[in-house]
Amino acid sequence: MNARAAQDAVAKGAIALRTQSLSKSFGSLPVSRDITLDVPVGARYALIGPNGAGKTTLINLVTGMLAPDSGQIFLGADDVTALEPQARVRRGLARTFQINTLFAGLTPLEAVTLAVAERDGIARRFWQPLAANGATIDEAYDILRKLKLADVCYQVTRELPYGRQRLLEIALALATTPRVLLLDEPAAGVPPEESGDIFEVVAGLSDDLTVLFIEHDMHIVFRFATHIIVLVAGAVFTQGSPAEIAADPAVREVYLGTREHG
Amino acid sequence: MTTATATLTPQQYLARQGRWHPLEIAFWLATLLPYFLFPDYLSLASQIAAAALFALSLDLILGYAGVVSLGHAAFFGIGAYTAGIFSKYVWGDVFTGLVVAAALSALVGWASSFIIARFRHLTLIMITLGLGLLLAEAANRAHWLTGGSDGLQGMDIWPIFGVFHFDLYGKTAYLYSLAVLFVMFLGARRLVHSPFGLALRGIRENFVRMPAIGAESRAHIRTVYTIAAGIAGIAGALIAQTTQTVALESIGFQRSADVLVMLVLGGTGRLYGGLIGSIIFMVARDQLSGMAPQYWYFWIGVLLIAVVLIMPNGILGGLSRLAERWRKR
Repeated sequence: MNARAAQDAVAKGAIALRTQSLSKSFGSLPVSRDITLDVPVGARYALIGPNGAGKTTLINLVTGMLAPDSGQIFLGADDVTALEPQARVRRGLARTFQINTLFAGLTPLEAVTLAVAERDGIARRFWQPLAANGATIDEAYDILRKLKLADVCYQVTRELPYGRQRLLEIALALATTPRVLLLDEPAAGVPPEESGDIFEVVAGLSDDLTVLFIEHDMHIVFRFATHIIVLVAGAVFTQGSPAEIAADPAVREVYLGTREHG
Repeated sequence: MTTATATLTPQQYLARQGRWHPLEIAFWLATLLPYFLFPDYLSLASQIAAAALFALSLDLILGYAGVVSLGHAAFFGIGAYTAGIFSKYVWGDVFTGLVVAAALSALVGWASSFIIARFRHLTLIMITLGLGLLLAEAANRAHWLTGGSDGLQGMDIWPIFGVFHFDLYGKTAYLYSLAVLFVMFLGARRLVHSPFGLALRGIRENFVRMPAIGAESRAHIRTVYTIAAGIAGIAGALIAQTTQTVALESIGFQRSADVLVMLVLGGTGRLYGGLIGSIIFMVARDQLSGMAPQYWYFWIGVLLIAVVLIMPNGILGGLSRLAERWRKR
């Protein structure tokens, strides 16, 4: 998509990601009930809800790591419900993980180079030295530099500080050049004074990239989200603009409690 | 990280990983030593070279892609029988024999890779074990073709280039096996340092993340399994050509287990692990079976347990950790 077309899509309110009546049960326990969502191109949607509300399950359904019992998932106009996770990624749907799911023994440079190489179909070349793909390596380094990981890009991932590993989660997702990015608690486990780095990255993402993120910190949710979806017991409890959600007494009751947000 | 690497560009850094280390060059020069120092042991040395090639092929799937196999001898055996039968009925040229053996074992590897790529861990071990037993039994039954438990007789191997006969001392056999091992090693080394090699390491490091970066892990596994089967077939063909017979053990479970032991002894995921492991295993077997023909496996067991307990990443893994500690001082 070129910049002009992307802007048009944003202006028209085209839908980047849609779920239609998604349902999923683990045995007799329903974890997702009839979830219908429309996420417009370029939006910043927050997915909130108490623990066990099914937020991560929804992301697993959307990305194909779980198969829904019923319902459909659309990426743009295409029904991707039957596609495997990797096929969805190649169509522009990327995610990060709440619990670090990184290549522990690779360096960030290797890991992101791998992601770029997979995207471009270079990763099946067994006859060619990796170093012969200069453009791939440079692009990977560029992503790492933008995420302020350049200084550690030659260190083995398992030895990186935790906060840097959280950034690498995002770098790996961005290396697939997504149109829709799902962030599962990007700052999970990072002390508040360090989470700023991560949300600076989120704030700096391109306007035509559609973002759906799970986050518990309400300050961050209200600062970054253009729209909030409240999930309770596997179903959409309510959704609306941050102002509407903040003013909704029912949301306060089930989720926010009586605590004031900032 | 040292300051030296900090000044490298990303391209230089990744290019450096594929560069030859002086120790590697020393290793390959040392492989010529048996020719001069142990002329009485060249037959053994050529069998070591074939075993090393077999272990190298297992390292590609186990050490790089994390695919555990207990039936890898299936491909070794297919290669050995193919080379043997080909020389008996068709053509005695060694190089054609290698190509035909590699092609057939790679073909069987490719066909079975569709099952292999779908599973991991214990299921995979059982499936590879089952496939191995199946082929071993088939080879036993096809007595008319393979000679069954009597071994394949009547091979006719021509001199290499029509000049170099396979002599009694194993001079030709050793140099030939070594040359084939070296050429295949160069190929494996290139693969490991390719984008595909990086993808294999990705599969080993985190199988769950691979689909999330859009990778077709199963296609990668099919490719490497096919390649490894082809290389294992060449290793089997080398044994067949240099010993001029094929024993039923070539395709048996014992050989699958032995190659796994060699690789784990030396260290997985380093290319050289299988080479070092096969040297230690084969020399130990030769020496121990001379001393105690009945129970030399006892000592192999002791060696294996000792190495795995002291150096979980094999001998090379242990050595590289020592070297690292030395450097940090």
